[in-house]
This record gives sequence, C-alpha cells and structure tokens, in this order.
Amino acid sequence: MAREEPAFKLKITNLSLFVLYVNTTDMVQLKNQLDTRFNKTQDFFSNTPVALDLSAIANSNISPDFAGLISFMLDHGMHATGVVGGSAEQREAAVQSGLGLFPDTIVKPAVKTAPISTTASGITPDAEKDSQPELGLAIETAAGEPNSSNILDSDTQLQKPASQVLPTFRPTMIINKPVRTGQRIYAEGANLVVLGVVNAGAELIADGDIHIYAPLRGRAIAGAQGNENARIFIHSLEAELISIAGCFKVFENGIPENLRGKPVQVHLDGSDLIIEPLLS
Amino acid sequence: MSKVIVVTSGKGGVGKTTTSASFSSGLALRGNKTVVIDFDVGLRNLDLIMGCERRVVYDIINVINGEVSLKQALIKDKNCDNLYILPASQTRDKDALNLEGVERILNELKESFDYIVCDSPAGIESGAFTAMYFADEALVVTNPEVSSVRDSDRILGILAAKSKRAVDGLDPVKEHLLVTRYDPKRVEAGEMLSVTDIQEILRIPLIGVIPESESVLQASNAGTPAIHLDKSDVADAYRDVVGRFMGDEGLPMRFVSVEKKGFFKRLLGGR
Repeated sequence: MAREEPAFKLKITNLSLFVLYVNTTDMVQLKNQLDTRFNKTQDFFSNTPVALDLSAIANSNISPDFAGLISFMLDHGMHATGVVGGSAEQREAAVQSGLGLFPDTIVKPAVKTAPISTTASGITPDAEKDSQPELGLAIETAAGEPNSSNILDSDTQLQKPASQVLPTFRPTMIINKPVRTGQRIYAEGANLVVLGVVNAGAELIADGDIHIYAPLRGRAIAGAQGNENARIFIHSLEAELISIAGCFKVFENGIPENLRGKPVQVHLDGSDLIIEPLLS
Repeated sequence: MSKVIVVTSGKGGVGKTTTSASFSSGLALRGNKTVVIDFDVGLRNLDLIMGCERRVVYDIINVINGEVSLKQALIKDKNCDNLYILPASQTRDKDALNLEGVERILNELKESFDYIVCDSPAGIESGAFTAMYFADEALVVTNPEVSSVRDSDRILGILAAKSKRAVDGLDPVKEHLLVTRYDPKRVEAGEMLSVTDIQEILRIPLIGVIPESESVLQASNAGTPAIHLDKSDVADAYRDVVGRFMGDEGLPMRFVSVEKKGFFKRLLGGR
C-alpha cells in the first residue's frame, strides 16, 4: 500500500487581521457607534475575523459583555476571534465566552515578517492610539466615502488627508496579452503593467500607476482610489480617455499632434492633468 | 486528432456562413472528413447556402434533446463526399442549445470526423458563446470597417477569457484573421481599412483576404458554396485560406493591393 498522505500541516503564518480597539466598557455606546458607522456599508465585513484590543480598558474593573458583543459583531459580518491586552479578569471573561488570547501587545509586523499586504492592522505597539484613525481611514477609503467619517477617533482623521492612507502593497499586475474591447482590467491596490495593445473600448484601472508598453487606444484610469501621485506611462498615446485620481481627459477632437502616437507620461498637478512627451 | 473550428465575428452580415460553407467544403475537397454545424438556432441559413434546405428533417436541437440519433440528423453535402451538415433548428430559440448537449454531440462527431466547423451566429449572446466554447481554433471573419473590427476585437477577448480552453487553462484557442469583402480600390481611396490597419488593431495572424465580389451573392442564391465557382477570385481566395490552414507554405497573399495610408490611419494617426 502507498504511504499515507499527511493529513495536516501545522505552520505559523502571518495574516493581516482587523483589530477593533475597544475604548469603552459601555457596550451600548460601542454598539451605537458601530451601528452608525457600518450601517451604510453593510457588506464591508463578510465573515471577517476581527481581534478585540482591550488595552484601552485594561484599567477598568468591568469586563465587557463579550457574549453580547460577539453576537452583535456577527450581525455586522465580524467574527470576533480573540482579544489583545486587557486585564486578567477581562481576558478570563473573554476565554469564558469562547474567544482566544493573543499576546498582550501587538508585535510590530515589519520586524518579524515581510507581509505582502500591510493593511491598517500593521500597527506598532507604541502607536496604538494613532493607529485607530488609520483603521478608520482605511475603512473609509475602501468604502469609497473619504469624507463621511464620524467614528472611532475623528480628530486625528481630519488632520490626515485621505491621500495619505497607507496604500496596500500588492504585487504589480502584469498583462502580456492584448486587452480587447469590452475587457476591463483592475489592479486592485497595485500597479499595472500592460505589454499588449489596449484597444478602443478596453479599460485599464489601477489603484497605483499604469505602464503600457504598446498603443493605448482604450481607457486608462490610475489612482482609482484617489492616489493623486499615480502616473500613467504610455508607449503610444491613442487613448479614448485617461484619468488620475478622478481627474480625467477625453480626446473628443483627437489627440494633439505633438502627443499623438508618442510615448508620454501623465501626472496630476493640482487638479490639472498633465500629459507630456517622454524624452529619451 | 480532430479539430473544432469556430467561424465567428461578433458583427452580423460579414460573411460567417459564406465562409463556413466554403471553408468546410474546401477542407472536404482535400480529402478531410468534415462536418459543418449551424449554431444559428432560430435563423438557420447554412442549409440554404449549402443548397440542402429541402433535405432538412431533423436538426441539432432534436439531437440534443435525444429525439433522434446524430446519424439521422446529418445531411450529406451534394458537392463533396466527405462533407456533412448538421443544420440548426428554425422553430426553436437559441436557449435550446446547452453546453452539455453540444459537448456530447462534438465528442460523438470527433470519433468520425477530422474537422468540425461551427458556424456561429452574430452577437455575443448564448448562441455565439456556445458555438465558440469548445473551439480549438477560430476563424475571425472581419470586414474592413471600424465597427466590424471592433466587434471582432470583442470576440477575440471573449475567446481568450471564456472559451473552454481558457477556462481549463489549456493552450489558448488558435486565432486566424480572415478579412472578407475586401475591395483594394476602396482601400486605396481611403474608404476602407487596409489589411495592415486591421492587423494593427487585432494583432492576430492573417489567414486570408476574400475580395468583395458579386459572385458570392449569386452563389448563395444558387445554394452553392462560393469555393465551387469557376474562374472566381473568391473561390481562389477560399482555396488559399484552406491551404494555409492545412499548412501549405509559400502561398502569396492575393487580392491585397499596394499599401497606402488608409482612412483609419488618418483618423487615428497611426505611427
């Protein structure tokens, strides 16, 4: 008989995880604010594991009603998985409610690992307060409503423009085939490199930069989530539309003679979309 | 190893059925056991072009529904010994075609035929999708005008993303560009896209150019595939296409005139 296949493998993996920072033991207030924040974006979480950070209430004698909180979070698509920090009593209560225990403080991930995607959960232990607005900001951006925040810690948030949200670094998406009419390529949270022709009616979208080493006859939309520093590099400009961070340009009357069919780069200067020839 | 070839275009009226008829006849004339399937359920035309409309008793939908055997539905072509036609249904709609049924039929046909030519309906709806889904190779029929080229581009995108070969991660569908209704004079006058313009956009290998000709209409009305016409440039062009498809080397590309900067280039300002 053949050797038995190993039925399991045990590994330590670093995954990005949402952390809900609990700043109060008043569960009514917490639930109200969560409701206010996430009712508009019902599907932001879908069975998403979330850790609870209790550091801010560790000095309190009260243990939150974990069972109630867990079921409330479930209603919003969050699976409470465990707690970080908190007093001994609070951690004991969490265990009683079926939660796991993470180490007391969150370890800075940049030191231990090189994760491909660092979302707002990549938080340093000494910057826990600052990290709350980052969580808020990241959520705002993902939900596409950069200015509608009224949660967790709005003061710090307002000081930071939305464009300073830590981008999610993902490997550059590379397309080596023609992109044909009706096709849409989206490099989510990444740069996009296209080696094939992009025909009229095709659409390239990237949250980062776009490089096209072939004629662009369709549309290219860079900085789709609002990154104003995104750029577009085009080997031969024959485009229908180009856009960076929402500023777009169409070529209704054709592309200017000095740029048509030329290698160009496109960037944003304030609210002006600048197209300039690539000098070589 | 038998091959499934789809004749497709996206746009209607560009010459898919004419091409299906002549291409399959050409393959059969060279001794290949060939079957041509009409996928245009509800608007069947292939049988008319092949001149067998009066012999249609059963159709592909009958076979899919298991009402008759494949043998009963196949019609032997009147001009070629090695050619059979599987007609479409005129009375059903295209939803009667389903992928499982079509796959079953194709697998059965593969046992006895070298080439299975699928004549796709126009559009990108389920009928066209079903016709292309199982293809190993594709003849993309394109007229020298922008809307036809645009539609062909769309079809090529779907072939590359949604065909069975793409879904299963096999080698991609082999694509061939066939330019039909080509009029070198009008190309020279800048009224039509040139072959070069079309290739510049679609970027797939050219398998042939079929000149615009009145004889195509006559042949259609007579129920004879154009490849059988005597002394016709269209017949010569289709024979060239079949030859190139079968791997004949050194066939010059005929019926293409001298290159000039065409309408499209001026429009978009090619490099």
